[in-house]
Amino acid sequence: MAAIAVTSLLVLSACGGGDDAAGAGGGEQTLNIVGFAVPEEANNAIYETFKETDAGADAAGEPEGSYGASGDQSRAVEGGLEADYVHFSIEPDVTRLVESGQVAEDWKDNETDGIVSRSVVVFVVEEGNPLGIETWDDLLQDDVEIITPNPGSSGAAKWNILAAYGQAIAGGASEDEAKQYLTDFVGNVAALPGSGRDATTAFKDGTGNVLISYENEAILARQSGEAFDYVVPDTTLLIENPGAILEDADPIAQSWLDFVLSEEGQTEFVKKGFRSVIDDLEIPEVEGANDPADPFPAPGTLLTVGEAFGGWSEANAFFDEEDGFVTEILQESGKAE
Amino acid sequence: MTASVAGLGGRSMRMRRSVAGGGLSLASGVGLGTALLWFSLLVLLPLSAVVARATTGGWGGFWETLTNPSTAAALRLTIGMAFVVTLVNAVMGTLIAWVLVRDHFWGKRALEVLIDLPFALPTIVAGLVLLQVYGPKGPTPIDVANTRTSVFLAFLFVTLPFVVRTVQPVLLEIDRDVEEAAASLGASRITTFRRVILPSLTPAIASGAALSFARAISEYGSLVLLSGNLPLRTEVTSVRILTYIEGGRNGNAAVVATVLLAVALFVIVLLDIIQRRVTRRG
Amino acid sequence: MASSASVASRPKAVSRPKVRRRGPLTYVFRFVVVAYLVLLVAWPVSLIAKQTFADGFSTLSTAFGDEEVTAALGLTVRVAVVSVLINLVFGLGISLLLVRYRFPGRRLLSALIDVPLSVSPVVVGLSLVLVYGGRDGWFGPGLEDAGFQIIFATPGIIMATTFVALPLVIREVVPVLEEIGTDQEQAARSLGANAIQTFRRVTLPAIKWAVVYGVVLSLARSLGEFGAVKVVAGNVGGKTRTATLAVEHKYQQFGADNLASAYAIAFLLAAVAVACIVVVSFLRPDVSEKR
Repeated sequence: MAAIAVTSLLVLSACGGGDDAAGAGGGEQTLNIVGFAVPEEANNAIYETFKETDAGADAAGEPEGSYGASGDQSRAVEGGLEADYVHFSIEPDVTRLVESGQVAEDWKDNETDGIVSRSVVVFVVEEGNPLGIETWDDLLQDDVEIITPNPGSSGAAKWNILAAYGQAIAGGASEDEAKQYLTDFVGNVAALPGSGRDATTAFKDGTGNVLISYENEAILARQSGEAFDYVVPDTTLLIENPGAILEDADPIAQSWLDFVLSEEGQTEFVKKGFRSVIDDLEIPEVEGANDPADPFPAPGTLLTVGEAFGGWSEANAFFDEEDGFVTEILQESGKAE
Repeated sequence: MTASVAGLGGRSMRMRRSVAGGGLSLASGVGLGTALLWFSLLVLLPLSAVVARATTGGWGGFWETLTNPSTAAALRLTIGMAFVVTLVNAVMGTLIAWVLVRDHFWGKRALEVLIDLPFALPTIVAGLVLLQVYGPKGPTPIDVANTRTSVFLAFLFVTLPFVVRTVQPVLLEIDRDVEEAAASLGASRITTFRRVILPSLTPAIASGAALSFARAISEYGSLVLLSGNLPLRTEVTSVRILTYIEGGRNGNAAVVATVLLAVALFVIVLLDIIQRRVTRRG
Repeated sequence: MASSASVASRPKAVSRPKVRRRGPLTYVFRFVVVAYLVLLVAWPVSLIAKQTFADGFSTLSTAFGDEEVTAALGLTVRVAVVSVLINLVFGLGISLLLVRYRFPGRRLLSALIDVPLSVSPVVVGLSLVLVYGGRDGWFGPGLEDAGFQIIFATPGIIMATTFVALPLVIREVVPVLEEIGTDQEQAARSLGANAIQTFRRVTLPAIKWAVVYGVVLSLARSLGEFGAVKVVAGNVGGKTRTATLAVEHKYQQFGADNLASAYAIAFLLAAVAVACIVVVSFLRPDVSEKR
């Protein structure tokens, strides 16, 4: 019995040691990326290109990436999940790490105000758009079943809800009327999965008939052979995803961030369906977009969080667990069942 | 409280009072100490941490968490559905055990494997397979994805072995003489079952039901892909706890977790009492 | 009508009733039970095999070609093996202590041993985070300062897996230890054998099969843990993503290849579970009445 105990202890310690060696494929430096659910493929593609550059010559074979719902990932990093670079869906998820001292306060002081990827809110529908959904009001029809993620965990969810609410106001509705729109919208929601990607999966599996999601998610899905169509509504919200380096990150993280913001980095994002943060970037053909030659049409009215709501601290208050009106609407809708 | 628990295939681990053992020697004392230390570090301490964390908010915080509409709904759904499933299991489990013990046909051995499979199958795989058949893309017109029925189905799947495995060994041991006597005195089969067999089985059924209930309220993995996790509609308690954890609200999570532990404990004790009562009478 | 006299040579034969009524009810019961089990278990599980092998072996080869899949499988196996070893060693120890010795709190300990089976995996994860979490766990910050990261790293996964499978070896071994009694052990002792020799030569062979059952069940349980690992692991691809987490992850990614990988891993896990059950089931004596 003693022999078994000793052996198991040895195996145990060997395991612990083994893991550290496992990551180092090519070079020495490992990059720990913690991101929201959707950009996993994009970040991996960027990393492949990054390794070719001088700055990335020292990078290990693969990045160590953890992807999940934005809010959950942010809290995980706060709780000890190892990270060098974080790429979250919404700014408050980075702010949390600033408050915990893990990210420098001046993380936003660069040309893009801390934003590394962009997209817009779109409607993802079944092939051929059988229900003919084109506008936000179409979503309120009787036979429409909406899939959108849960704002408690998902950043994508907040973008979606803010878009739904903001477009009503932009269209001339009062705050109460806009809240009524949101109530009706939520009434048509069939499922609230945990993250943007979870929502796409649920939709793929046959739940609901319209998915509110990121444009890049729809494009990537179509690139991978999924038979979806997507509609960019006339009024929609500009999605801006922040990226930041942690205070105690490996030096390679800074090179990485610089690369992400460079033309090559952004081109990789574009190829995966994101909109570029660099204004005059030459856009290649993007497979999977509605029109690959003109993949990112400008919507009639493009709202931003800053202009429509006065910034994220105001907007985030809508989702407050105690007294945010969105939380209230969500709970009311459940009770009505 | 000593629950009579049966391992798969029917062994009963009831602590006997008379054990031919002595007190502890030094070596075994050290062994016991080590074992207790390991058990404490791994199980007891963490579970106490949950209860401790739950009480940090005082009764006020405790109540506030439980009255949150989503949380209350999750608890109602979970406990209610577990109760229904346990009732179904009590009947079906006994029936299955009956057929396994009293009937003989080719391929019966294969049934044994099917019964134990839910115990060994990873829950995420269980959810995946149930989704395949009873989801929107399944071969039947039945689509339970994102409904409460999916919760029922998942619970039914994962709790399948428990009543069967507690009843089976008891059924095996039953002396057929009494049944014979009843039959020869003119009792119908139903009466024989009700008056003669069932009383012997009741403790075993109760024991299996307790395990089945505890397992059902704890279920998580199979519901991830299957139930849609809709707050106030199809969200079960485990999912609710996870939402709290991922939301950084360990305190709330601990409160709900403590309630789950308490409910499981309550049902186990209750059924243990029932079991003793029936045994004493019989 | 008297039951048949036990002239039977087989010691475990149950007395056979002379009258064997095989009415329609028997067939009804049989049908209901078989239908129930097929609809609930057999059919769904068989669909996994069907999905996996729909394109022949290409699904499996795609999956094995994916580094993330092999990393997840490797991690799961490593964790399961360690976890089973730990539960075997301590399980044997605790079983012996529970059965062969008397000490205050023995019955309480016996009842507590069963607790892990009734705890939700998410609660298991939470409990470990509360104690060993790096930020505000009881021991976590201290341990991490000393260099031991538990939560979001492999040791945490091992602990969670060990927790959930903890009672399984003990539940198998304890009844057997009780049944065999101490006669042989006492005899060995009186002949001069020390504790270790007694254990190796006398006790262990007697409980051999119980140990095997317990190990096989623990293995199945350890390979399949999902909820607890989800809470403690951090889901870092290639590093802390187990096979079960990989099933969920791959299922959610786009593309037929990823879906195929999800099914392939699920199939492998299911196949191992079935194998474990079959092993245990066939090694056990038949638990039905003898003909």
